[in-house]
Amino acid sequence: MAENELLQQMEKFQEEAIAALEKVKDESSLAQWRVMHLGKSAFISQIFTRLAEISKEDRPKIGQAANLVRNKLEAAINQRTEELKAKALAESLENEKIDVTLPGRQPHPGRLHPATQNMREILAVLSQIGFEIFRSPEVESDEYNFELLNIPAYHPARDMWDTFYTTDPNVLLRTHTSPGQIHAMHLFAPESIRVALPGMCYRYEQVSARSEIQFNQIELLAVGKNITFGDLKGTLQEFAFRMFGNNVRTRFRPSYFPFTEPSAEMDVECFLCGGKGCPMCKNSGWLEILGCGMVHPTVLRNGGYDPDVYSGYAAGMGPERITILRHYVEDIRYFWGNDIRFLEQF
Amino acid sequence: MNIPLSWLKDFIDIDLPLEELARVMTMAGLEVDEVELRGLMGPENDHHGFKFTGLSWPADKFVTAEILEVNQHPDADRLVLCQLNDGTGERTILTGAPNLFPYIGKGRLNPSVKVAYVREGAILYDGHKPGFELTKLKKTKIRGFETNSMVCSEKELGISEEHEGIIIFEADAPVGIPLADYIGDAVFVIDILPNMARNACIKGVAREVAAQLNIPMKKPQRHVKPEGKSIEGMCRIQINEPELNNRFMVGYAEGLKSQPSPAWVQRRLRAAGMRPINSIVDATNYVMLETGQPLHAFDYDTLLKRAGNQPPTIITRRAYQGEKLVTLDNIERDLDENMMLVTDQTGSLSIAGIMGGLESEIVPETTNVLLESAVWNFINIRKTASKLRLSSEAGYRNSRGVHPAIAQEACEQCLALMVEWSGGRVAPGFIDNYAKKVIDPVNRITLQDIQRVLGVEIPLEKAAELLQRLEFECTLENDGNVLKVKTPPHRLDIGEGVIGRADILEEIARLFGYDHIPTTRMEDELPPAYANKMISFEEKLKDVLVSLGLNEIITYRLTSPEREERLLGKPAPAYVRLANPISPERCVMRTNLNVCMMEIIEKNIRLSDHLEFFEVGPVFLPREGQQLPDEAYHLAIGITGKRYSESWDTHNKICMDYFDLKGIIEAVFEGLHVPNISYSPYVCDYLHPGKCAAIYSGEELLGVFGELHPAVRQKYDLLAAPILLLDLDLGKVEPLAERIYKVQSISPFPSILEDIAVVVDETVTADEVLAVIKQAGGKTLKSAELFDIFRSAQLGSGKKSLAYNLVYQSSEKTLTDKDASAIRSKIIKRLEQVLNAKLRS
Repeated sequence: MAENELLQQMEKFQEEAIAALEKVKDESSLAQWRVMHLGKSAFISQIFTRLAEISKEDRPKIGQAANLVRNKLEAAINQRTEELKAKALAESLENEKIDVTLPGRQPHPGRLHPATQNMREILAVLSQIGFEIFRSPEVESDEYNFELLNIPAYHPARDMWDTFYTTDPNVLLRTHTSPGQIHAMHLFAPESIRVALPGMCYRYEQVSARSEIQFNQIELLAVGKNITFGDLKGTLQEFAFRMFGNNVRTRFRPSYFPFTEPSAEMDVECFLCGGKGCPMCKNSGWLEILGCGMVHPTVLRNGGYDPDVYSGYAAGMGPERITILRHYVEDIRYFWGNDIRFLEQF
Repeated sequence: MNIPLSWLKDFIDIDLPLEELARVMTMAGLEVDEVELRGLMGPENDHHGFKFTGLSWPADKFVTAEILEVNQHPDADRLVLCQLNDGTGERTILTGAPNLFPYIGKGRLNPSVKVAYVREGAILYDGHKPGFELTKLKKTKIRGFETNSMVCSEKELGISEEHEGIIIFEADAPVGIPLADYIGDAVFVIDILPNMARNACIKGVAREVAAQLNIPMKKPQRHVKPEGKSIEGMCRIQINEPELNNRFMVGYAEGLKSQPSPAWVQRRLRAAGMRPINSIVDATNYVMLETGQPLHAFDYDTLLKRAGNQPPTIITRRAYQGEKLVTLDNIERDLDENMMLVTDQTGSLSIAGIMGGLESEIVPETTNVLLESAVWNFINIRKTASKLRLSSEAGYRNSRGVHPAIAQEACEQCLALMVEWSGGRVAPGFIDNYAKKVIDPVNRITLQDIQRVLGVEIPLEKAAELLQRLEFECTLENDGNVLKVKTPPHRLDIGEGVIGRADILEEIARLFGYDHIPTTRMEDELPPAYANKMISFEEKLKDVLVSLGLNEIITYRLTSPEREERLLGKPAPAYVRLANPISPERCVMRTNLNVCMMEIIEKNIRLSDHLEFFEVGPVFLPREGQQLPDEAYHLAIGITGKRYSESWDTHNKICMDYFDLKGIIEAVFEGLHVPNISYSPYVCDYLHPGKCAAIYSGEELLGVFGELHPAVRQKYDLLAAPILLLDLDLGKVEPLAERIYKVQSISPFPSILEDIAVVVDETVTADEVLAVIKQAGGKTLKSAELFDIFRSAQLGSGKKSLAYNLVYQSSEKTLTDKDASAIRSKIIKRLEQVLNAKLRS
């Protein structure tokens, strides 16, 4: 076979192969094409097997030309493969398209009751400043709820609590968490104390949008040898910073509780309006958050501490009130009503 | 306690804006609930922190005026036309006030009638409508007469509810000045805390304000001097119980003529919340409001008559059991021997310190008055008042404590006012039985005391200056290192010793200003660690439950035996029962959380197709021989509804059943690392007998769960889905939770998986099969999960097939098929031996 003829055949083979490749639309035809044009029995492969039959002087030229054709075809098929893959991907992406505006499938998330959420937040803050949780009974003796807290029977101070009494005249539903102060002192004396007393308390009252018969309270108690009214202010201010935001303003007003002296109310700058005045703070810019004071000497003594050596402070707040303020809850009955439409919003 | 500003000004010279005065009171510890305006202008700015109510009288709209002439309206019987001078000139106005009718046709009046006159545009209360409703005075035409102004009643001005006629001032009232300048006032409504009983009076509040502002107190001027025959010999006073009545004194005034009190007195009494009666009774109330000492006026002639015209003996004593007295309010009171009475030889006159008897009451004809100023044991008065359910202004003060030193001053002031307002004269002297003297405590404090408790250095000289403002007598002793503080003779709230020092420190802090005490960090050492395991356990439990998709509820701890019976079939054997429930619906403490759980499920049942609730809280279980009940913390879970919420592409209507709840329970125990829990069939009255299990740890019963009993279901308003309930005693579970547990190593060698299915009798439980598989599989058997239960005719009745996925894995080597088949044979053999099981091919 003449050299030129062979070169022409190779050129033709290349043209035909490339034309055929363009018609290939899928992977199986691609494989067929490869067998047909680059396989062992393909024209171009045959040239290499039969190279020995070609004259010595023509051999390099033919070999070179055949190599060139084979490389071109290899490149062509690689490119075609990529093209087809990209096309297939584009098609499948198109087919998998969904209506992204359809509603999602709702999981059933669990939630803590808002009272627990809030209680945890407060207790976490108290724990950061060194107060550990201490629990005491909800059904209490008159002695712990009143007598030992410097509230003797028929003392005018008893008017401050509307009490549920039980059929045993010395047993009642605790009106505050303060009996926990005595329990804690009895347990810890003469060590120093720093505890948070959370829990449910009860009040003899008609249930309405604004008043409830049961409510949580959190109280804190610190007793030691060097505890001052300044410390009380400092601790509660720190609590307010961590709870309501750094540098929120606080204000202490004189008040009265039989188990503390001096006693105070702590107001916190309204965190809803930033102190500008809004309906929640009755336009005052302040929210009443806490009652507090230095533990009364009689209470210290009843708890087993010598009031000439030890001093302490106590403070109490209603966590539900904070939830009510923060979330504009209009009806306090929602808390223990447990309507899912309320619970789901927290 | 209502404090009219005008009255306060009798004692202190103040010219503060109202909101500032309210702030000063608050900082003194007198909580201002409300400031009720009676004419004075309120604060211009809203941002002051106090509630202002009532009516302001702008100077251009509300003025004093005089009526010069009153004539009948030509066409209306009930209307008159008046010639009125408002200081700017004379005009004709129209009114229907009946108290002007007597002046009709009298020509020019001399003296003229002084009235309150209101011009067009004024905002005032509508006198014709019930309650207090604001209205704006507009131009209108009545019976052909055009009118745009009016003369006012007390109600229209917001002073009282009086609308019978217009307000008529004293003849010497000024004309044409702003009404607010003449009678305008503001009433501070103050919450008197129990330690401030001394401030349940005008003088007390004035003293606190004066101390805060560091200004002097004034004394009101009273001009009457005693004259004539002395009181001596007019009566005797016998105190039977000095502990309950430590002082009883009387004064005497004669020749009185009771009449309406002066208008300003009536206005003040009303503003302070009391009803004016007559000039004699009003004087006793006026002085009580001013000084805090309750007073009682007896008609001396009645006493004389009862004593057979002999000087009477006043005896204070305990009532006899069964004794009765008709009080001023015309109610017969049953008395007992704990109650104190004021009596004479013939019988009782009044309930001591609370309310007088009807018989010796002051009547319009009374001319001679024996005035009682007495001091009672406040706790005794309190018991009596609460037992009789009798409240009065006197009782309010006597049940909080009045210092006996005030008695004489009050008696003097009252007699003087009686004579000033009713004529007559005051007899010189008093008859005074001061049976048990109150000794005013003396306390000594040091700089160290102040620092130790308040955390601030206040020099003793400064402390003395502060305390003196509240009339404490202060002396420096011991080279100025000790401050001796004598309690002033109006205070009963200062104790002695360490308590007295605390009382004094509070007074120093209050006057120093809480705001001026610097804030500090605690320097005291940290107390020993104390961890409440139960609380951390509960919190962790709640987290696990929430992660499983449950919603926490917190329910009322108060319920009723009937509510509990509804679920439990019978009430609990014992309850913590309230003596004073607010309703029969909430009269005992709960003994079972699921009672509350069912009520909440019932309430929400139509609000969602999927409810999963839990509650962690105490139940209250009375125990024999124990004063307080056990407060056992339990976990209740209640779930019901569809397992999957319906959506646009899924319509799976399967409802949650027993195994959904059991899955949750298993996950809870796993999450809390409570090992070795077993379940066995159980009977619980409110649960389905075939779908109820007990949870055990060894022999100990931890709780029960299952499906709500179909018969109990009927008692609730529910939907078709089963209700699944758990009741778990957390006190028993908490000690089982492992805080230290070993983690299994992860084997680097591959595992072999295979299935086996065995046929057993229906009576054989899944737990029994699993136990045998695990025991026979040993430690190479990593897990065995039940994946199918199959029953068919081919298997035969009373038989079932259980299919398990088994996973074998060694931590030492790669298992061969031979190893696996050895274990498998062992398992099958054991199942055959122990449970008579057959391998299903």
